[in-house]
Amino acid sequence: MGAVLAAVLAASLAGCSSTGGKRAEERAAQQAAEGRSAVNTPRWTFAMVTHSGDGDTFWDIVQKGAEQAAAKDNINFLYSHDAEGQQQAELVQTAIDKKVDGLIVSLAKPDSMKAVVAKAVKAGIPVITVNSGSAESKAFGALTHIGQDESIAGEAVGDELDERGRKKVLCVLHEQGNVGHEQRCAGAKKTFGGTMQNLYVDGTNMPDVQASIEAKLDSDRSIDAVVTLGAPFAAAAVKAKQTAGSKAEIDTFDLNASVATGLANESLGFAVDQQPYLQGYEAVDLLWLHRYNQNVLGGGRPVLTGPQIITAEDAEALADYTKRGTR
Amino acid sequence: MTATGQPAAPHTDERLLRTSPLRKLLGRPELGSVVGAAAVFLFFAIAADSFLQTSSLGTVLYAASTIGIMAVPVALLMIGGEFDLSAGVMVTSSALISSMFSYQMTANVWVGVFVSLLVTLGFGAFNGFMLTRTKLPSFIITLGTFLMLTGLNLGFTKLISGTVSTKTIGDMEGFESARKVFASYLTIGDVELKVTILWWAALVAIATWILIRTRFGNWIFAVGGEADAARAVGVPVIRTRIGLYLGVAFAAWVSGQHLLFSYDVVQSGEGVGNELIYIIAAVIGGCLITGGYGSAIGSAVGAIIFGMTSKGIVYAEWNPDWFKFFLGAMLLLATLLNAWVRKRAEATK
Repeated sequence: MGAVLAAVLAASLAGCSSTGGKRAEERAAQQAAEGRSAVNTPRWTFAMVTHSGDGDTFWDIVQKGAEQAAAKDNINFLYSHDAEGQQQAELVQTAIDKKVDGLIVSLAKPDSMKAVVAKAVKAGIPVITVNSGSAESKAFGALTHIGQDESIAGEAVGDELDERGRKKVLCVLHEQGNVGHEQRCAGAKKTFGGTMQNLYVDGTNMPDVQASIEAKLDSDRSIDAVVTLGAPFAAAAVKAKQTAGSKAEIDTFDLNASVATGLANESLGFAVDQQPYLQGYEAVDLLWLHRYNQNVLGGGRPVLTGPQIITAEDAEALADYTKRGTR
Repeated sequence: MTATGQPAAPHTDERLLRTSPLRKLLGRPELGSVVGAAAVFLFFAIAADSFLQTSSLGTVLYAASTIGIMAVPVALLMIGGEFDLSAGVMVTSSALISSMFSYQMTANVWVGVFVSLLVTLGFGAFNGFMLTRTKLPSFIITLGTFLMLTGLNLGFTKLISGTVSTKTIGDMEGFESARKVFASYLTIGDVELKVTILWWAALVAIATWILIRTRFGNWIFAVGGEADAARAVGVPVIRTRIGLYLGVAFAAWVSGQHLLFSYDVVQSGEGVGNELIYIIAAVIGGCLITGGYGSAIGSAVGAIIFGMTSKGIVYAEWNPDWFKFFLGAMLLLATLLNAWVRKRAEATK
C-alpha cells in the first residue's frame, strides 16, 4: 500500500497521470498475449488489396483482423489500397509480380478488377474476395467470398424498423456510385411496411451531410426514422435531428466507438454490424487453411459476416472493443 | 532561355555563339529530372527485391504511361503559362460519353468513340475560349470546369443509366477492335507491355517535334514567357492558348478510351485529384509554374518517376500510408534539383 502511495506521489510530482493515457494502453498490451504465431507452417506472403480511401475507419478494422490472423498463422501480410478502380487493379498486378502465395481483394468495382484477378488465378495464386463482390466472386475464380450480402442486410433493417413501429423512413446514401449502398436501401424498402425515401449526400463533406439531413427533417415532420449507411454519418444525423427539433430515431449501418456510446445512451436506435474484423481475419485464415490443407469454406456460397443487429443491451459489452478499434 | 553574360567579342552576335555539347546538355530542362529518375531507380532497386524483375518493369511502365499520356499536353500548357485543373475528370467524362452514347443509341462502339472525341475537344475549346474571352486566370476558369464536369459526370450517368456506373458495352460491335487500339497488350517473355506505352511515346515524340521544330512551338514558349511581348511581335496568342487546351482534351480522350476499353464499365465518380498528378509530373520534369520553360521529354521522365515511386513503395512492402508523404518530398526535391541545375547551366553560359 505504501509502495503504491509512494509511486502515485512520485508520478503526480513528475506531472504524470497515473490513469489512462499511453501507459495504460501499453500495460494492457503487455498483459495481453503477444501475437506469436501458433503454427509451424512456412512463412507465406499474402497480399490484401482493397478499394478503401485514405484513412478509412472501416478498412482499418478489416486490416487489424487480417494482421491478427497473419500473426497467428505465421504470414507475411501486405496491405495496399486505392479508391480508383484502375489504381486498385495496378496494385493487384504488383502483388502478382511479387509472386505472393495468396491474394485478398475487394470487388467494389468488379469490372476494373476482372482481368487482373483472372491473371492471378491463372498464375496459380489462390484468391479470396472480401466485403464487396459476392455476385462476381465465383465467376472470377475466387475460392470464397467473405462479407455481408447488402440486400439481406437491408432486409434485416426493414424488419427491425417494422418491429419498432416506424412509419416513414429516410435512407441516407453518402457515396455516389456505390452499388452496395443502393442495395442496402432497396433491401430495407422491400421488407419495410411504411414508406422509405432515399437522400443522397456528399460523404466527403460532413457539414454538408448534416445540413442536407436537417433540411429534409425540417421540411417533412412526419419522418420518424433516419438510417445512415456508415458509422460517422450517424453522429451527423443526430446533430441534424437536434437542430431540426425532430423526433426521428437515428439508426445506422456499421459500428464505431461513438455509435457504441450512442447506442448505450439511446441517442441511437440500433446499428447493423457486418463485423469488418472478421472479414480481414477470416480471409487470411481461410487462405492459410487452403494453403495448408486445401480447405475451402462456404460450399461455393459467400461466407456471411453480417448482418448483426446491435441495440442498447449489446452496446455495453462492445464498448471496449470499439475503443480498441476491432469492432 | 535568357542568355546573360558577355558576348565573346565585339561585332559578333551573341545568338551565334557556339556552345559545347556538354553545356547544351546542362541547359536542357529535363536534365534535373533524369538525374532524379536515376536516383529513384537505384533506390528502389536496392530497397525492393521484386522491383528489378522483368514483369515489374511492365507494371511500372504502364503506371507511368497512364500518367504520362496526360502529362505531355499538360506540360505544353504549362510552358504556355496556363493550368488545367479539369484534366483529371475530363478523362472520366470522355470515357462516360463514349460508353453511354454507344449504349443508348445502340450504335457501333466507334461512333461513340468519335462523338466522345468531339465533345471532349468541345470541353477543351470551352476552357481556352473562356480563358481568352474573360481574361480571368486559367486557375479559376478550369477550377470551374473541373467542378462542373464532376457534377455532370455523376448527374448525367445517374440520369441516363439509372446507376452511378455505365452499362456494359463489351458485347457490342466494334468493341473488340477499339479494345485493340486503346487497351491491348503485348507479352514478351513475362513482360506485359500495354498499348498505352505506345500512345505515350508517340505523344512525347509529337510534342517534342512541335516544341523544337515548328512555329507553333515557338509561339508556345513566347506566350508562356511574356504574352504581351509575344502579341506585339505578331504571335497569335489566343489561337495558341486554345490550341494548347485542345491538346489536353485530346489526351484526355485517349486516356478516357483506355479506361473504358480496359474495364468495359466506367465509374462516374473517378478521376478527381488526378489533374494534380499530371501537373506534378510536368513540374518534376522541369516545367516552370510561371511558364515559358520546360519540355515534353521532361514530363515523360516525371511520369516515370511517379510510376516508379507509386509501385516501388508497394514492391518494397512499405506501409501505403506513407505514399503521399514520399510523393510530396519527391516533388520538392526534384524541383529544387531542377532549379539548381538550371542556375548552374545559366551561370556557365
